[in-house]
Amino acid sequence: MKVVVDMNKCQDHGQCVFAAPDVFQLDENGRLGYVSDPDDALRDEVEEAADVCPLQAIRIEA
Amino acid sequence: MSARIVVAGASMAGLRAAEQLRAAGWTGAITLVGDEPHMPYNRPPLSKEVLAGKAPFASLAFRPRASVSDVEWRLGTKVVASRLSERIVELDDGSTLSYDGLVVATGMRPRRLRCPGPLAGRHTVRTLADAQGLRDELTRPGARLVVVGAGFIGCEVAATAVGLGVREVTVVDPLPLPMVGPLGELLGRALLERHEQRGVRFALGTSVAGFEGEDRVTGVVLADSTVLPADVVVESVGSVANTEWLDGNGLDLTDGVLTDEQLRVGGRPEVVAVGDVARFPNARYDGVPRRVEHWCIPTDTARHAAKVLVAHLTGADAEPAPFAPLPTFWSDQHDFRLQSFGAPALGTGDVRVLDGDPAADVLVGYHHDGRLVGVVALGGPAAGSAAARHRAELLKQPALSAQGSS
Repeated sequence: MKVVVDMNKCQDHGQCVFAAPDVFQLDENGRLGYVSDPDDALRDEVEEAADVCPLQAIRIEA
Repeated sequence: MSARIVVAGASMAGLRAAEQLRAAGWTGAITLVGDEPHMPYNRPPLSKEVLAGKAPFASLAFRPRASVSDVEWRLGTKVVASRLSERIVELDDGSTLSYDGLVVATGMRPRRLRCPGPLAGRHTVRTLADAQGLRDELTRPGARLVVVGAGFIGCEVAATAVGLGVREVTVVDPLPLPMVGPLGELLGRALLERHEQRGVRFALGTSVAGFEGEDRVTGVVLADSTVLPADVVVESVGSVANTEWLDGNGLDLTDGVLTDEQLRVGGRPEVVAVGDVARFPNARYDGVPRRVEHWCIPTDTARHAAKVLVAHLTGADAEPAPFAPLPTFWSDQHDFRLQSFGAPALGTGDVRVLDGDPAADVLVGYHHDGRLVGVVALGGPAAGSAAARHRAELLKQPALSAQGSS
């Protein structure tokens, strides 16, 4: 599974971190970092993360 | 004919419901009926980025999951009546749809002021068309804006208008502080100060008696006969549930559609409600049914309701635990953000500063019977992170009603 976050849209709300902590993290400065090729077993939580992003900045490709 | 679920309402809640029906294993037909001509889009930017001219429609449209590529969209069409005992809904084009399962997702519409005066120049902010129409008027040179209602939408619109360079921006509300109902006095005061420092004026503790003007509004008349000159008025005075189409079915439709703890409607296992039209008991709190107009609710309700509905339609017995979401909301105004977790409105009687200072970044805790029920951060990203750290604690709290307290 490939995950892309539009960092021009992202406003560091961090809702994705609650939904999929194995894939999304906020660093010490509150900026988002993420795993771009997470295991397919994490699909449910990544889909939830994409749903709850207030900016709808998370895209799941394949 | 194959089995069909009708989703009445094709906004965010309708889309999420369709996606979650598929995720829950529904392979039958799904028909969404929505009165707006657009595919579902994200509304929070309407009072901010869209009004500021920074977000075109393409950037607002949700990307529906591939799993719903085969659903039927009846857009620009409205459900106008229903006969739940016959499992039929009627549309405004005269056609009817029969269903095996029904999802109520018709949402809300803005409440309008009924006081006398012209209608032209008076706006609400609910749809894309609303926001674009308001922007056209606000960007005329010299425009003066009066916002009626100092809730979240009103305050966001006021902040955006100041950012657009609108000459005068005044917010009117009968309550003494902005956003005081959901947030309490401590943050209400801090927010009043921040807005005033950034150029928003307030007329608080007073109500609107009428509007001046012949063909279009030129002023807002307050209860004490003061007139605020206005070229543009925004009415942000709450909302009304779109439930008229459910009349005549014996449902409790006082303030939205009442559901049980599984989001089912009227004791009918084949009818569920999602989004801000649903008045549901939250097992996390006191069990009192409430509507919740946060952005998270369409997604949360859709996930739960879809499981319940599909389980019923496919003959599964398993009943999930009662619906118990942890609400969250945010609001961006000027250069600051409010970030909330939990139910601060249930704890406005016992508000404590947990961290920081109301004049700078601050984290505020809301308590009910001495227990934390909500946290709200005001300020920059650091405040938001501080609020997020309390989220786990809120999730662990036992249900309010389970404690047997008042």
